[in-house]
Amino acid sequence: MSDALLQVEHLSIGFSQYFKGTKKRVIHPISDLNVEIREGEIVAVVGSSGSGKSLLAHAVLGILPGNAVCGGNIAYRGEPLTEERKARLRGREISFIPQSVNYLDPLMRVGKQVRIGLGADAPSVQQALFQRYGLKASDGRLFPYELSGGMLRRVLFATSVREGVRLVIADEPTPGIHPEALAEILKQLKQLASEGAGVMLITHDLMSALEIADRVAVIEEGRTVEISEAAAFEGAGRQLRTEFTRRLWRALPDNDFDLELQGKEEVRIAADRRKSGLLLSKGALDF
Amino acid sequence: MAKSIAIRLVRVATLLIGLSILTFSLIHLSPMDPVNAYIGGDTSASPEQIEKFKQYWGVDKSPVEQYLSWAGSLLQGNFGTSLLYRSPVLDIIQSRFLTSLALMGAAWLLSGGIGYSLGVIAAVHRGKLIDRIIKWYSYTLVSTPIFWMGLILLIVFAVWLKWFPVGLAVPAGVLESEVRFIDRVHHFALPALTLSILGVANVAMHTREKMIDILNSEYIVFAKARGESKWQIFKNHGFRNSILPAISLQFAYFGELFGGSMLAEQVFAYPGLGSTLTTAGLKGDLPLMVGIILVSSLFVFAGNLIADILNKVVDPRMKGAV
Repeated sequence: MSDALLQVEHLSIGFSQYFKGTKKRVIHPISDLNVEIREGEIVAVVGSSGSGKSLLAHAVLGILPGNAVCGGNIAYRGEPLTEERKARLRGREISFIPQSVNYLDPLMRVGKQVRIGLGADAPSVQQALFQRYGLKASDGRLFPYELSGGMLRRVLFATSVREGVRLVIADEPTPGIHPEALAEILKQLKQLASEGAGVMLITHDLMSALEIADRVAVIEEGRTVEISEAAAFEGAGRQLRTEFTRRLWRALPDNDFDLELQGKEEVRIAADRRKSGLLLSKGALDF
Repeated sequence: MAKSIAIRLVRVATLLIGLSILTFSLIHLSPMDPVNAYIGGDTSASPEQIEKFKQYWGVDKSPVEQYLSWAGSLLQGNFGTSLLYRSPVLDIIQSRFLTSLALMGAAWLLSGGIGYSLGVIAAVHRGKLIDRIIKWYSYTLVSTPIFWMGLILLIVFAVWLKWFPVGLAVPAGVLESEVRFIDRVHHFALPALTLSILGVANVAMHTREKMIDILNSEYIVFAKARGESKWQIFKNHGFRNSILPAISLQFAYFGELFGGSMLAEQVFAYPGLGSTLTTAGLKGDLPLMVGIILVSSLFVFAGNLIADILNKVVDPRMKGAV
């Protein structure tokens, strides 16, 4: 689609690494990711731990480690997102809310961290942002270790709000947070979207993502399994397109863990195991 | 804070007591004879005169008695009289310490500054040619004996190129009042350079490791994601997180610095505390030797103490942990 803010097509990410001392190999945690985000839209990227969600965020921002190799296309506002363009846009048009409070500099006062990149009127903007996120002006004088986890999350949000931001990438902003704080964070993301920004919400918490997301991309083992409207996640999930997503949806606690499907799963795993045993005996399993 | 300082004061007191007992016993066991050292080669001294000396100095008393009387006068601030220089030990230490301090101070600042910069450069360009050069340089230097480095510099810059004098702290044969500042710097350059070159390796390699850790940390990834340039990342986060460990390492380095200055001063015949200690040891000037040992251990202890306190006072995360 041409009016897409961010379009990720067939993204693959590999890491070259050494094993057994000197031999080099490339592992591919991400093989085929597709995501599209329009302006003012919230797209939830859902997947289990290790499915490659955070790598997607880091690839879009261009902050992958040096040994990473990317393939596929990423386009931002209709033009390819090259590394130079990423460097120019991040922190200005594309902002990032990281998943852990460890992303704050432990030795810098949080007020100063929010002021980075704000320009001449930084102090007043920072005050306004603190107010918006319910932080006291005096909190700005504190170091990260002096603030609670919830307050640090709000500081992280404050660092992401900048004049001219069109795309917000929130990497797991919700884990380990009590319900009120969770609702607060979701509200803040919704607010960012209503101000016109596209929001990529990376999470493994499907239920809370559905509260605000317009669409949901389901990721498993480095591939996009399905992209559906948030509305499709209802009832028995008949509107969902793939078996994987349907099982994921029905296995949620709110949907009674759907034991019947789990039974089928066991049968399938047993069959797989027989097949792999066959492969091993032929010695066809090589890396 | 007050408690931890009190603990450290107790520690330095016990350290000095232990050290003085150890030095005293070692000297007592050594073949050095203070009376002989005092008389020197003067054979005209009769056995009666020597006996009188022994009585006067109390050498004929038991070692414990000797130690106690020496420690007693030490407590009153009396370090005794140097046998070699015929003047109070404290005066000699004072003047020599100042000369050494200039040397060590310059080397300390230079090696700290250059070492830190090299470490940062190596970490930022990790794995590249410049990193490998800096690493090679540091590893080579760390395994280079300081006197050897001093001799090399001496041969190249003093003997071949004749840029610097071969030794001493001031030109020979010139009145103290006529020595210009530039002369002092001229004499001081080579020993200071020797000391600095070797001090660089330590802090450079340490800073490199620390900086690599910092550059791999999540807050640097986030800084990058926020559009900070390489320079901004260093200025905002790299410097802040790496300078404190580097400075405390540099303070803890006082001991090696002192040991190094001893050798460097010897090579360049530079009249500092180190070369005085060597002379005192070789010529059996016991009061001077023990005095220098005590003062220098105090100096090294002060370096470690500063490193300790610096970490706890300056790092905000250590607030209340002191």
